Formats: sequence, structure tokens, C-alpha cells
Amino acid sequence: MSPPLLGVEEEVQSSVSSPSVECISENGIGLKERNYLGLSDCSSVDSSGVSSNLNLKATELRLGLPGSQSPERETELCLLNLGKLDEKPLFPLLPSKDGICSSSQKNVVTGNKRGFSDTMDGFSEVKGYVYTEKSWMFHEAGSDSESPQSVGHGKYPGNSGVNVILSTRSPGVKASVKQDEPANVLQEQPRATNGTSLKQTVISNNNTGAPAAKAQVVGWPPIRPFRTKTLAASSKNNDEVDGKPGPGALFVKVSMDGAPYLRKVDLRTYSTYQELSSALEKMFSCFTLGQCGSNGTAGKETLSESRLKDLLHGSEYVVTYKDKDGDWMLVGDVPWEMFIETCKRLKIMKSSDAIGLAPRAMEKSKANNKKEFGYGC
Amino acid sequence: MNYFPDEVLEHVFDFITSHKDRNSVSLVCKSWYKIERYSRQRVFIGNCYSISPERLIARFPGLKSLTLKGKPHFADFNLVPHDWGGFVYPWIKALAKSRIGLEELRLKRMVVSDESLELLSKSFVNFKSLVLVSCEGFTTDGLAAIAANCRGEVNLGALERLVSRSPNLKSLRLNRAVPLDTLQKLLMRAPQLVDLGIGSYVHDPFSEVYNKLKIAIQRCKSIRSLSGFLEVAPHCMSAIYPICGNLTFLNLSYAPGLHGNKLMKLIQHCRKLQRLWILDCIGDKGLGVVALTCKELQELRVFPSDPFGAGNAAVTEEGLVLVSAGCPKLNSLLYFCQQMTNAALITVAKNCPNFIRFRLCILDPIKPDPVTNQPLDEGFGAIVQSCKGLKRLSLSGLLTDQVFLYIGMYAEQLEMLSIAFAADSDKGMLYVLNGCKKLRKLEIRDCPFGDAALLEDVGKYETMRSLWMSSCEVTLGGCKSVAEKMPSLNVEIIDECEQMEFNLDDKQKVDKMYLYRTLVGHRKDAPEYVSIL
Repeated sequence: MSPPLLGVEEEVQSSVSSPSVECISENGIGLKERNYLGLSDCSSVDSSGVSSNLNLKATELRLGLPGSQSPERETELCLLNLGKLDEKPLFPLLPSKDGICSSSQKNVVTGNKRGFSDTMDGFSEVKGYVYTEKSWMFHEAGSDSESPQSVGHGKYPGNSGVNVILSTRSPGVKASVKQDEPANVLQEQPRATNGTSLKQTVISNNNTGAPAAKAQVVGWPPIRPFRTKTLAASSKNNDEVDGKPGPGALFVKVSMDGAPYLRKVDLRTYSTYQELSSALEKMFSCFTLGQCGSNGTAGKETLSESRLKDLLHGSEYVVTYKDKDGDWMLVGDVPWEMFIETCKRLKIMKSSDAIGLAPRAMEKSKANNKKEFGYGC
Repeated sequence: MNYFPDEVLEHVFDFITSHKDRNSVSLVCKSWYKIERYSRQRVFIGNCYSISPERLIARFPGLKSLTLKGKPHFADFNLVPHDWGGFVYPWIKALAKSRIGLEELRLKRMVVSDESLELLSKSFVNFKSLVLVSCEGFTTDGLAAIAANCRGEVNLGALERLVSRSPNLKSLRLNRAVPLDTLQKLLMRAPQLVDLGIGSYVHDPFSEVYNKLKIAIQRCKSIRSLSGFLEVAPHCMSAIYPICGNLTFLNLSYAPGLHGNKLMKLIQHCRKLQRLWILDCIGDKGLGVVALTCKELQELRVFPSDPFGAGNAAVTEEGLVLVSAGCPKLNSLLYFCQQMTNAALITVAKNCPNFIRFRLCILDPIKPDPVTNQPLDEGFGAIVQSCKGLKRLSLSGLLTDQVFLYIGMYAEQLEMLSIAFAADSDKGMLYVLNGCKKLRKLEIRDCPFGDAALLEDVGKYETMRSLWMSSCEVTLGGCKSVAEKMPSLNVEIIDECEQMEFNLDDKQKVDKMYLYRTLVGHRKDAPEYVSIL
């Protein structure tokens, strides 16, 4: 069924003209052993493996090496050890509890994914995935994390030679990671300055004043805007069709930089931006008094309408909202009715964080400087 | 050289319809070139900036159908500013001035102004067909101009009359605004319909309209393609069942209201389906039903119903594996999912070696295999190794340079490759450029590819239609270098934030670069923020 893997090797030698011959030969040999096509081999010995509905996990186990306890560990080993790494000292099992590679690894290999690890982390968090920021560090699972083996997990350069190099370069990084300060590690990443159009999230403790980040990546997932808009409209109509009550109340979350908790407001109880801003001001005044005190300005003015719109004049805060497309926009531009229809969340951010972004870029960029998980929304 | 009179050769060439073949024919000798060019009626231009309308007209005076593509593919995802280019007006103007008897114009990712449409509608007596895919720039005014020449009426009564008068009407697509009773009347008048799009399908199952509709639908035995259902009452889908058995194309990708059991029941009736476009609310289980029912399936597209949502596992690798096992004829895939595993991809590769298009989009773009935490290199490697005819590939998930090694080695027929958030170094890009001999379009975003990869083999770009690189590591200096060495390429730097104005340092990283081969040099219609090096 599958073409014999051996046939591949000749191709490898002749057609790939990659600079590093050593690399190729490693990979070539590695490929020979890489048994991903020889599933029949796997399945024949499968009976002893951990079974799964689709036989997929069993396959993975097959590819793995003996001597591991949990299925998870086995699978970690399998693809890792197969192939090219046979030539190199095998990376012993690393019981990565959170199961994630370290993004710090990536950062050390400079030039990798410029800035994306930030975005990615934030991204993952938005989606509520398993890959929380914390798990992007090396997990301090005993002494294992110190060893080069941990390099092998998750994100690593394709060449095992480079792997080894990495591991020796990274101990410093690892140490800092272990102490639960991921941000320091991540900041080693050479973040290009043209950040506004490149959206990225900033992980906690980012003190370098890197450009403000956003939670979502432009153009991802790659879906035509027409599709998302149509779906949104369809969903709304279908809800009504199914007899569910139309949106009587329109509660959206409101977050504010520095505030320990979020609030919710029902947009339908207001009919103008002025009303909204007064309400927000009342809600968050307890948090702003402190700042205002230090600035010497009256707390009440914090979220007045003039403040709302007065971004460029260095007012304390600006209010932004997230629309249906996931974009962060400045509140106040569109008619109120349109705003209500498209607003999904509100965020009150310090205008100082928005300064430095041109108004147009401000509209386009996903401004966010929340410390903990890259964004507060 | 010519043993036949020209007319005979021309007649022979009439049977050659594929663009590629026609292009080959024209290269044989001067006389074949001449005969071919006079007899060519359909021309495809993949990049509207690669050639000028004047040269097109000069070479193909018999032109009847023109296909033009404008913006790069990533424009679909908001990566290209709206006014970057791709204006059709100069083409229509030039064609209008000439003696070309244009009958069909097919545009993709072009900017089409109302003015263009008006000019189009007035200039070609025999104009029959305008196809716009992913275009923009026009309003209903413009469309009205076209419609005015094609008896297009807007109101429902008129629509009904139009349908009655059109015994050859094959395709009818209605939007939300068309009510049920109109739909029913239309169907009664057009039982010969082949392609039906229903905008709104909401009604009371006990109403008379519904009963009439059931009868009308049953008469439409020719319907092969069904789409729409933007609004839908799921419990009324049973009226559709009678025609499901004949359907070859079902597009429910705009119908979030249809899911669960009702959806599965509908699909169970569609045994002859060849193409299915669906939302991920079908779930893995639903895909299992597809696998059991749709044995003729060739193309599957699964779109996300909640792309920015909280990651509810709508479809995963399991659904894909089920479909691959049940539908061996599968050759085209677009699959948005929450996660993918290497093992699943390997299995899919084994089950379906006939893939021509394989586009996988894991919503979290650098997610590894969740079971093993490995990158998805092996999985995609299996796909390219097994699917020898693969022409188009889109990657996602956690990927290192390794996957590109595989692609370079195995993907011999690959023509289009889309890469995002992948690779570790320049090697990745080099593997691809060195290995994929038939590569025509390469689009890359957010990868660590820099000048070394870009400059390694600039001659390669002349064999390709275009290269897009955004948020990579290439610098202004690198791009300039390409432009210098290859005058036959336009190297465009798209700089919306206008950073280049203030900082002309060659070491500056370029945010968006788009280069393409051209016979006509720099274009004159580029906006300010686009510099052509």
C-alpha cells in the first residue's frame, strides 16, 4: 500500500541540494528508519500496546521505544526517537506534565517566529487551550528539565545537530524559566520594531515597552471576512427563528487596566455614548481615584465623554471595544445603534498605552498591555 | 515544416482547450504560434500585472473569454490593503477600444468599479457572462448597469416571470429576501433547475405553502447542486429529502442553524454527493455519517462556525480520519479543526493517496500534536509522500524545518504552497525552493525566513508566478538585491505604516513583500505605500 520507505533514500541523495550534507545524510538515514509509512509493521505488534479507538495511539506506541510507563510518555518518545535521533544520544523521556515544549527554546534560536510566541501564547489563552503561558516554560520536573533532553520536546529545530547546540546554549534561559519568569525569557526574542501591523501579545512582566499587543492575529484563521459576517448574521437570525428570545439585554464584559476584576454592562440600558461613559465612570471610579489623585486631576473626569474621545490630548483613559470581527476599535466613531450591534466587549485602557500608535493604527491594532496573561479580555 | 494548410491545423487546435496545452502548442514553431494565436478564444492570466492589456489584444485578436486574477491570495484574509491594486478598468477600457468581441469576463480578486461595469455593459454586443469571485469595488449601481442589458429585474413578480420565460435556466440562487411562496412558485416553473440556492428556508411545516413546496421540490429532478439555507428551520428539511439522492454538490457552509441529527439525516439521503461544504458543527460524529454515506465524495470543506471562539472541539482529527477511511475518492480538502495528530495524518495519507488539494487549518496556528506534543512534520510528510499528485498544500500547526525537507523531497507536482507560523530557519524555505520544481505560487507569513533564503536562487522566481512573504525576516536590502538581479520581476514592498519613509536602512525588516514575474515592468497604478524596487 505505502511505497517502501527505502526507495526514498535515493531520492534524498539526489534531489535535495540543501547546503548541509551532514544534515541530509542524517535525515536521510533518519527517514529510512522513520517508520511512518510502515504502519503495517506497527499494527502487527500492536496487540500489546495501549489500545485506542482509532488505532492511532497504538500506532504511535509502536513507533516508540520500550521502557516507558505511561502511554503519554511512550508517545513522546516515539516520534522523537525515531529516525534522525537514532544517530544522536537519545533524549530520555521527559515527563512533561503540561505536555508542552518551551517557548523559551524558540526564543533562544533567534529569529524564530519573530514575536509569534508571544502572540501564540496569548492566542492559546484566548481560546482557552491547554497551552497556558505557564506551560510554555520548562516544567521543573525534577532534574529532567535541566538536561538537554528537554530540548527535544515540542518546538525544536529540525536538525538534531542543532538541537544539541541549543541545549548547551540555553541553560541560562532555562534557569530563568524555572523561576517562573517567562517574560524575561521571551523578551530575549528580537522583537522587531515594526510592531503595529504585526500583532503580538505581550506576556507578563514585559518591561521593555514593546509595542502594545493584541490578542488575535491578523488574517488568522484564514477565512474570508464575507464568510464570518454571513455566519454571524445567520446565527443571529437562526436564534430568533428557533423561538429563542431576541436579545433583550446585551451584557458585555468591561475590563479596565489595573482593575482586579471585570464588570458587565447591559448596553441596551443606554442610548448614547454619554450615558455609557457616565456609567463606566461610576463603575470604575474606585479604581481611578488613586491614579487621578496622583495626577492631581479630579477623579470624576476620568471617563467623561470628552475623555472618551480625547485620545490625542493625553487624557487618562480611552475606551475601546471589540467588534464582531474580533478587532479592537475606539469607542465613539460609529452611531450608537451600530455600535450596540457590533460591540462584544469593552476595555478601558490607559491612553498612555495607546500613545505612540497613530490613530489609524490604533484602530487597527489590538492594544493590550495587561500583565498577567497577555491581555485582559 | 507545415504539412497541412493552416485551416487544418486550426481545426486541430480547436480540440486543444487546456491553457497549458495551448501554450505548449504555441512554442513549437513560428507558424504554429501564429495559427494558435489567431485561433485562441480563451485566455487565462493568473496575474493581471504580468502582462498588459495591449499586448494581450495584439496577440489574441480572436479573444472571447478572458480570466484575470489580481490580488495575491492572502488578500482574502485582510493582509493586503484594499487599494493595493488589481483594477480591472484599464483592461476593459483597452478591450473596449479594440475590436475584440468579448463574451465572457471572469475576475478574481480584482477591484471592479461601477464605472468599469458600466463600460463593460456598453462595449460588447455579444457579452454573455460576467463572473466575479472575491472582487470588490462595485455597488448595486454597477450591477444594475449589467443587469439592464440582461433583462435583470428585481421584484419578485418579475423574477417569477423571468424564470417562466427561461426554460433553459439552470442555476438559481436566492438570497434571504425571497419568501417561501415565491420559492415554491419559482420551483414549479423551473423543474429543470440544476443548481439551487435557497436563502431563507423557514416555514411552518403545517402550512399550505410548505405542502406546495414539497410538491414543487419533488418535481425538480435535475437539481444536482444545493446551497444556502442561511436561515433554516431544521424540522422542515424533510421536504428536501426527495432531491437529495441526486445531489452532487451540497453547500451548507452558511447554515449554522442546521446541525445535529437533522443534519445527519439530511446527509444520509445524499448518497451521490461528490462535493460537500459544511460547517464544523457537523462534528466528528457527523463526519462519520458522511463517511458511511457519501462514497463518491471527492471534495470536502469544513469551515469553522466560530473561528474566534473559545475552542469548543467541533471537529478534530477523528472526523478527518473517518472520512478518509470511508471516502477513498477524496482528492480535495479544506479542513478547519481544533487539533490534528501525526498519526491521523499518516492514516489519512494511507487511505487517500489521491489528494490534489490538501489544506489543513488548525485554528491555533502553532499547535503541536496534542497526544505526543510533537510538531506535525511527520504527518504532513506522510501526506506529501503518499499523495504523488498533490498540487496545492496549506500547512498549519507546529512545524519545523523538517516538514519542508519532506515537501522538497516528495511534493514533485506541488504548484501552490501556503505557510504560516512555521519553520525554524532559512533551511525550510530553501528545501522548498530547491525541491519543488513545479512550484508556481508560494505564500509565507510569520516564518523566520530571511535574506539568505530569499537570495539563494533568485532565478527560481522567474519560473513561478509569485512569492508573498509577510512578517518574515527579509530585509529591505535583501529585497533590493532580488530586484537588482532580476529585472524581470516586480518586487513590491507594501508598507502601510509608512515606516520605510522614515527609515531607509537596508537592514530594516520588510513587513510585506510581494514579488512576481512580469513582461511589462513596474506597474503605474500602485498606491503610495507600495514601493516597487
